[in-house]
Amino acid sequence: MTLTASILHWLAAVLLAPLLVGVINRTKAFFGGRRGQPFLQVYHDLFKLMGKGAVYSQTATWIFRFGPMLGLAVVLTALAIVPAGGLRALFVFPGDFVFLAYTLGLMRFFTVLAALDTGSAFEGMGASREMQFALLAEPVLFAGLAVLAAGSGQLSLSGIYNQLWSAGMRPEGAPVLLVALTLLMVLLAENARIPVDDPATHLELTMIHEVMVLDHCGVDLAFIQYGAALKLWLFAALVTGLAIPLRTGQPMVDLVVTIAGIFITAVVVGIVESTMARLRLVRVPQMLVASLALSLAAFFWILR
Amino acid sequence: MTMEMVLSSLLVLTIGAVACLFSGGCAKRASGLGVAVSVAGALLAVWPAVGVLWTGRSVALRLPWQVPFGSFHIAVDPLAALFIVMISLVSALAAIYGMGYLEACANRKHLGVTWCFFNLLQASMLLIVLSRNGLLFVMAWEGMSLTSFFLVMFEHEKQAVRDAGWTYLTAAHLGAACLLALFVLLGGTDGSLDFDRLAAPSGPLMAGILFVLAVLGFGAKAGFVPLHVWLPEAHPAAPSHVSAVMSGVMIETGIYGLVRITLLLGPPPLWWGWALLIIGATSGILGVLYALAQHDLKRLLAYSSVENIGIVCMALGLWLLGVAARKPELAALGLMGGLLHLCNHAIFKSLLFLGAGAVKHGAHTLAIDRLGGLQKKMPHTALAFLIGAAAICGFPPLNGFVGELFIYMGAFGAVTHAAGNGTLAVAGMIALLALSVIGALAAACFTKVYGIVFSGAPRSANALGAAEPPRSMRHPMTVLAGLCLLLGIGAPIGAALVSPVAAQLLGESAAVAAIVSVRPWLVALSLGGGFIAALTALLAVLRRRLHHGRSIARGPTWDCGYVAPTARMQYTASSFAWPIIDMMRWMIRPRVEACVDHGYFPRQAYLATHSADFFRQRLFVPLFRAVATVSNSLHWLQQGRNQLYVLYIAVTVLVLLVLKVR
Amino acid sequence: MAAWTDIFVLGLVLSNFRLLASSRLTVMIETMVLQAFALTAILLTLADRPWPLRLIVLSLVTLAVKGALLPWLLRRTMRAADVRREIEPFIGYNVSILAGIAILGLGFLIVQPLKATVVPGSASLLPGALFTTLTGLLIIVSRRKALAQVVGYLAMENGIYAFGAALVVKEPMLVEMGVLLDVFVAVFVMGITIYQINREFDHIDTDRLSELKD
Repeated sequence: MTLTASILHWLAAVLLAPLLVGVINRTKAFFGGRRGQPFLQVYHDLFKLMGKGAVYSQTATWIFRFGPMLGLAVVLTALAIVPAGGLRALFVFPGDFVFLAYTLGLMRFFTVLAALDTGSAFEGMGASREMQFALLAEPVLFAGLAVLAAGSGQLSLSGIYNQLWSAGMRPEGAPVLLVALTLLMVLLAENARIPVDDPATHLELTMIHEVMVLDHCGVDLAFIQYGAALKLWLFAALVTGLAIPLRTGQPMVDLVVTIAGIFITAVVVGIVESTMARLRLVRVPQMLVASLALSLAAFFWILR
Repeated sequence: MTMEMVLSSLLVLTIGAVACLFSGGCAKRASGLGVAVSVAGALLAVWPAVGVLWTGRSVALRLPWQVPFGSFHIAVDPLAALFIVMISLVSALAAIYGMGYLEACANRKHLGVTWCFFNLLQASMLLIVLSRNGLLFVMAWEGMSLTSFFLVMFEHEKQAVRDAGWTYLTAAHLGAACLLALFVLLGGTDGSLDFDRLAAPSGPLMAGILFVLAVLGFGAKAGFVPLHVWLPEAHPAAPSHVSAVMSGVMIETGIYGLVRITLLLGPPPLWWGWALLIIGATSGILGVLYALAQHDLKRLLAYSSVENIGIVCMALGLWLLGVAARKPELAALGLMGGLLHLCNHAIFKSLLFLGAGAVKHGAHTLAIDRLGGLQKKMPHTALAFLIGAAAICGFPPLNGFVGELFIYMGAFGAVTHAAGNGTLAVAGMIALLALSVIGALAAACFTKVYGIVFSGAPRSANALGAAEPPRSMRHPMTVLAGLCLLLGIGAPIGAALVSPVAAQLLGESAAVAAIVSVRPWLVALSLGGGFIAALTALLAVLRRRLHHGRSIARGPTWDCGYVAPTARMQYTASSFAWPIIDMMRWMIRPRVEACVDHGYFPRQAYLATHSADFFRQRLFVPLFRAVATVSNSLHWLQQGRNQLYVLYIAVTVLVLLVLKVR
Repeated sequence: MAAWTDIFVLGLVLSNFRLLASSRLTVMIETMVLQAFALTAILLTLADRPWPLRLIVLSLVTLAVKGALLPWLLRRTMRAADVRREIEPFIGYNVSILAGIAILGLGFLIVQPLKATVVPGSASLLPGALFTTLTGLLIIVSRRKALAQVVGYLAMENGIYAFGAALVVKEPMLVEMGVLLDVFVAVFVMGITIYQINREFDHIDTDRLSELKD
């Protein structure tokens, strides 16, 4: 039963992740007073891209083509590590969260290399910023994980999420909520969301993630966009598992609750994006350093 | 049998080294002989070392030696065996590479001398890890410093190289002075300096002093901040295959010495662990930050060695903390992680230095901002370098990740199971924060290197004319890149290499428990790596199917529709690194020179950034200047008359006599 | 109840980080209001229910003085002096936050030996209070504008108040009232001073007051 639920979670992620992007877009449209694109627009886009030919830069080499494939493969693997709420994930071993963080790092490594492979100045700029913000987001992620590990006494992601909240909601769980908050900030930073990055501006100079993939087209672009949606799902699942203190013990119920929670997280992200302006690039580090401070406060809390 | 083979390896290397001197100016003969000697010495040494690692039993040999305090006492135990394997592997591969690399200088240089020093360096490194006597150890240590000094001075006609060489020699001897003091204080009870007869230090204060001396002495060789200042000078000055050996294994003998001597000092108190942890975190973060700021490929790699040694030092800190706090699991993970990372570093760092040598060989420059597009000119080197770069950033499924995972797990374990031990938890937190920052910075650093040097379009005529090096230079890189993959996908192999050492240092039961606990995740790592590879292959097939029958065209880089892009408009390495350097300027204090011409049609503008080593500028230059001032004021002692010098000697002897008799 | 005290101390700690990270004076003053609420809540959660009358009075007075009166004074001064934000602090915001993390760790470290003896209910009150005091100090030494320094002074006082909270529950409230009065007078005087400095020099950058030394 649990195994079925975990497989279902993975499949749900694979199938529903583009819908998550659709939900965010609709939320933003709602706040902007527009009707917005259909929920399934992202699927249409992906299918259209899949059917297209391609134009490659003369400067680019095999790395440019390899990056998107590897990126998608990495996220699909990483998703198998992420538990849905208290449910055990498909792939569990002590230290799996380090593997998760570093595989995502591998994905970033090749995205950046593919960007630099074109020799475009814009893409170099985006790549440079991507590495800068990754430098800030990484310690936040690890500090958060350390707090969770210390709070639960477990060394695998599934173990941690299963242990947390197993005794229900208590005031002692406040640090966990803090970590959920910091992970939400990591989500915003890692997924090119508004206070950090705005893919919708018309100036490539000001973008980060979107400008790195300027030269990709067709199937490669579809892989990248699908991978981005899956990565969003991955972080949303991590946040949701912390923020929703519900562990019924019924795998299917937990799964449904978690998936609903993931979509609620998407709505929250949409609200954040609608109500906040994009931070100036020099202010982004401050936001991430502040979230590091939050997780360390939570850490000292657990230690005391 | 074991000791005979090890001895014969030493003999082959020494005799071969002398023979190289007499190769009579013929470059080809000298190179051939040097390489043959190096490979033969390596093979003779590796075989018994692997045997010792396999069985876990140590072998010793003690020969009488007519030197006061000395005895020719050598032994191979698992710890030594691990280092023997690393030294031999890297030296032999670097030697094969060096044959092609040195060909270009064949008519300007007497290669016999170089090969002599190379073989002697290999022999002295072997002797360091073999020796079990303080005097023998110090002699081998000195031999290693001197031979590597002469190798650094290979292109001594250049002023920069000479400066680098002298910096290196000074650093090496300041370190050696600490080591001499260490052994003098360690021995002294019954006049023997054999490691197994040394008395444990008399009290915690004495042990502490000895530990500090060991950290200073070995740290100067290993490159702990702020003793690292010689590394970024000496590595770029030396020929690339020598840099590979120096950076890949020679500095690691510093770590070996630290581990070996710490074992002799009795049970470690908690502060030793803290000291190593903090030194390691500082070295790691500053090393990689400076690496990111460099404009020269080999200088960058040298700073990256400081970073990796920092990681290892942190791991050793966790080991000592675990021993002191009686947490065997933490101790085992720290020790095994540190040693494993050391092995991995030997592999990928020498690979990267060989790659840098190939770039130098092909494009005749190492200035990152003048390169570009080398991937198309030298695809083989590029692929090997890419694997090395991904491995050094610690990405799965390559070998760098396995070692770092051990350290991470030690740190997370300290955080998790530290109920009632807040100190350990804080130590774990510091370690894992430092590791994550180092990891992210290393990724930035090596995306910069690969992206600017190998990707994009050539930025200069040098890069445009680059060509693949000869086969003898390519194959060593292939072997090392293959090892990166093998030890990464086959994660349990690496663990099997270091587990005998853990069993030796921590006791059988603790080590076995640790190894049993790590095996499942190592297998999982292999599985995960395989899964990623399989999925990528699957997606490649899918992509090919989707592209079938569609138009696939090539064109210029789009660049938002700009019509006349040139190679000079590409992003440069300095710009790529600048956001991070600027953000961290309070740590490394870069210097910026800018000239901006305002107006509607600015004629000229330039921007230059320099990140000179803060410790060199602010610590060592003033320090040595002060020493020079003091020495100059004593200059009147130096009159140049023989009689006066004899008088000095006589007075000294008299004073000593009076002191002793009284 | 101890768990709830912890939550509010956590709120106090987080508000300090907000103080360290923000350049706007309005945000800093708002944070003072938040801290007043947190302090009141800490006071109430520490005591056993039913709450004695004097405790309720004390908390109401605290709330009134720290949460309404002082912020009002500060806002008024801010308008009068026409400053909105701290432009160039001596220590940057990122580094301030990092220093804050270090101080927090230090706070937990320092109180380890005191833990068992002093605090009745909550293990986090003492480090939290210490952290608040030290944050105030940090702000006083690292900011240029006199108003920001006043806020730092208030944060320091809040920390001392939180220290006292553990004892106040049992002790007479006279001491506390005295402290409150003290602060009130101090802020009042500072307000007047800032106003005068501003009128004389057209700015309230304290570092430039060093020109007065001769």
